[in-house]
Amino acid sequence: MKIHEYQAKGILKKFNVAVPEGHVAFSSEEARVIAEDLGGTVVVKAQIHAGGRGKGGGVKVVKNSKEADEVAGRMLGMNLVTHQTGPEGKVVKKVLVEQGLDIERELYVGIVLDREVSRLVMMASTEGGVEIEKVAAETPEKILKEWIDPATGLQAFQARKLAFGLGLKGDQLKNAIKFFISLYKAYVSIDASLAEINPLVVTRDGNVFALDAKINIDDNAMYRHADIVSLRDFDEEEPLEVEASKYNLNYIKLDGDVGCMVNGAGLAMATMDLIKLAGGEPANFLDVGGSASAETVENGFRIILGDPNVKAVLINIFGGIVRCDRVASGVVEAARKIGVDIPMIVRLEGTNAEEAGVILQESGLEFLIARSFKDAAEKVVQALN
Amino acid sequence: MSILVDKDTRLVVQGITGSEGSFHSRQMIEYGTNIVAGVTPGKGGQRFDDRVPVYNTMQEAVEKEKANTSIIFVPPAFASDAIMEAADAGIELVVCISEGLPTMDMIKVHHYIASRKTRLIGPNCPGIISPGKAKVGIMPGFIHREGHVGIVSRSGTLTYEAVHQVTQADMGQSTCIGIGGDPVIGTNFIDALALFEKDPETKAVIMIGEIGGTAEEEAAGFIKDNMTKPVISFIAGRTAPPGRRMGHAGAIIAGGKGTAADKMNVLKNAGVHVCESPADIGDMVAKAI
Repeated sequence: MKIHEYQAKGILKKFNVAVPEGHVAFSSEEARVIAEDLGGTVVVKAQIHAGGRGKGGGVKVVKNSKEADEVAGRMLGMNLVTHQTGPEGKVVKKVLVEQGLDIERELYVGIVLDREVSRLVMMASTEGGVEIEKVAAETPEKILKEWIDPATGLQAFQARKLAFGLGLKGDQLKNAIKFFISLYKAYVSIDASLAEINPLVVTRDGNVFALDAKINIDDNAMYRHADIVSLRDFDEEEPLEVEASKYNLNYIKLDGDVGCMVNGAGLAMATMDLIKLAGGEPANFLDVGGSASAETVENGFRIILGDPNVKAVLINIFGGIVRCDRVASGVVEAARKIGVDIPMIVRLEGTNAEEAGVILQESGLEFLIARSFKDAAEKVVQALN
Repeated sequence: MSILVDKDTRLVVQGITGSEGSFHSRQMIEYGTNIVAGVTPGKGGQRFDDRVPVYNTMQEAVEKEKANTSIIFVPPAFASDAIMEAADAGIELVVCISEGLPTMDMIKVHHYIASRKTRLIGPNCPGIISPGKAKVGIMPGFIHREGHVGIVSRSGTLTYEAVHQVTQADMGQSTCIGIGGDPVIGTNFIDALALFEKDPETKAVIMIGEIGGTAEEEAAGFIKDNMTKPVISFIAGRTAPPGRRMGHAGAIIAGGKGTAADKMNVLKNAGVHVCESPADIGDMVAKAI
């Protein structure tokens, strides 16, 4: 799950990771009050679930509360387009108003899972403020890494190595070490799946702050973090995806015109790939899970058809434990109930596939019945033309 | 021969009295798998379906029934504990079917079993089957046929698709392993490929990968240096958008890394027969053999 910068900073603060003073505002009036309380120069930052906000005009430094009011007024409600939002952009509904800092250097620190060794790795770099992927590709020697033993956690010597490696001295060094250890504690405690502090800034008076903070949380661990569940922002999600999640359907909207309904994530991806190879464009990823009951299929249809771009639907179910004849009955029932009026290509394979074919044929509904994966792809193209 | 599971497998089912556990236990018994015990804490002393003894702890199941393999059907919040209990009891092969384990738990599990003799398959996987010998998983047994093609995959139903295509092409499988779709797993591609390379019955291996991580790239290096048998591969997710988790926790293109195109290129360069279409897996295997 993604959370906003202001929410991430709220969590970090609880774990004694230094963040600038600031608050979230939902109106220009609130922004003015916060700026007044902070006093002096403040930064107004648009809160959307995407990076690259600065370049898109979503981060502004202002001198006083009056300017904060004006800037926040302009930012709230604006459609912010960054390289991560896609061309349609995202509407800004809240801004973070923060104290301005006297920045000496911009650095980077982050924690991710290193899948190759199944351990967390803390990465630090002197190249703050740029995308770490770019640094990794162009100057990998500028990324310092410390792999963390899960039995002991991040050790002080590791934090020291990183801090010295960044060229920090005196108070900055001391504060950075404390920052790194606290950041690791926060990461583990909240079951994060990513933490990126970019930039991590050091100030002239020797302090170290998270100027930006991006934290993702492991969806699988939500059951033990009721407080974090409440941070989910439905405004940031595709409405059809929110709808699908209510039915426990795994749906991701895409830009194509062939809707697909599949059991299993791998088969669902392979089906999307096959549609593309056949000359179509998948409209979505949809994994209906192992059971593929009539109810699931019906909900799946509703979600897929909620996308006006969809011109054909491909149903690809490999029945194992779940019997194909049951799935076929469910498809027929759901299609009748909803009144699907676009071509439906159905491929059911596995247990009782023959009987399933008969049910579809005798339904009186117009199904294009495919008897192999290849056949399904060809029938999709046929349907589109 | 086959790898990891066969007629010598003595299986204990962790969570045998739950709905998933009991359903699949019956399916496995029907297939001919030798289930020697079940474990559900607090239900020790009962018998599952009047035949399989249920114990409170894995230690008892191992001591009394000489179980050497376990399969786990417990809810995700308790699954990491179940894996570690099995490892502590000296189980050689643990297959974790449970889906939805927090990554932080799996990092600990990975560390815990590293210093023990236990091999883990999964979590979030369909399990493992040696057709005609033993089924330790939730896959439909009837689509499989005894034969010489080894299959290793990060997916569930896509593995069934591959199995089906192999069977349709008049071939069979030596062993099929679903290694799971999570970012932290036990047995990986390289482990499975090494076992298949050593297995005299396996003549070719199908490796089904997907977007996310670098397991396929690492496997490519291993294949180039160590595999004498043909490897056929399909990578799912060429049309997957970056930054989105495609169903599996581990299936995500992050920071431009883990794309299907990259994986396919690296595998091709390592001499792997890479299928452009998921419908071509069976034909490609027939050609490679």
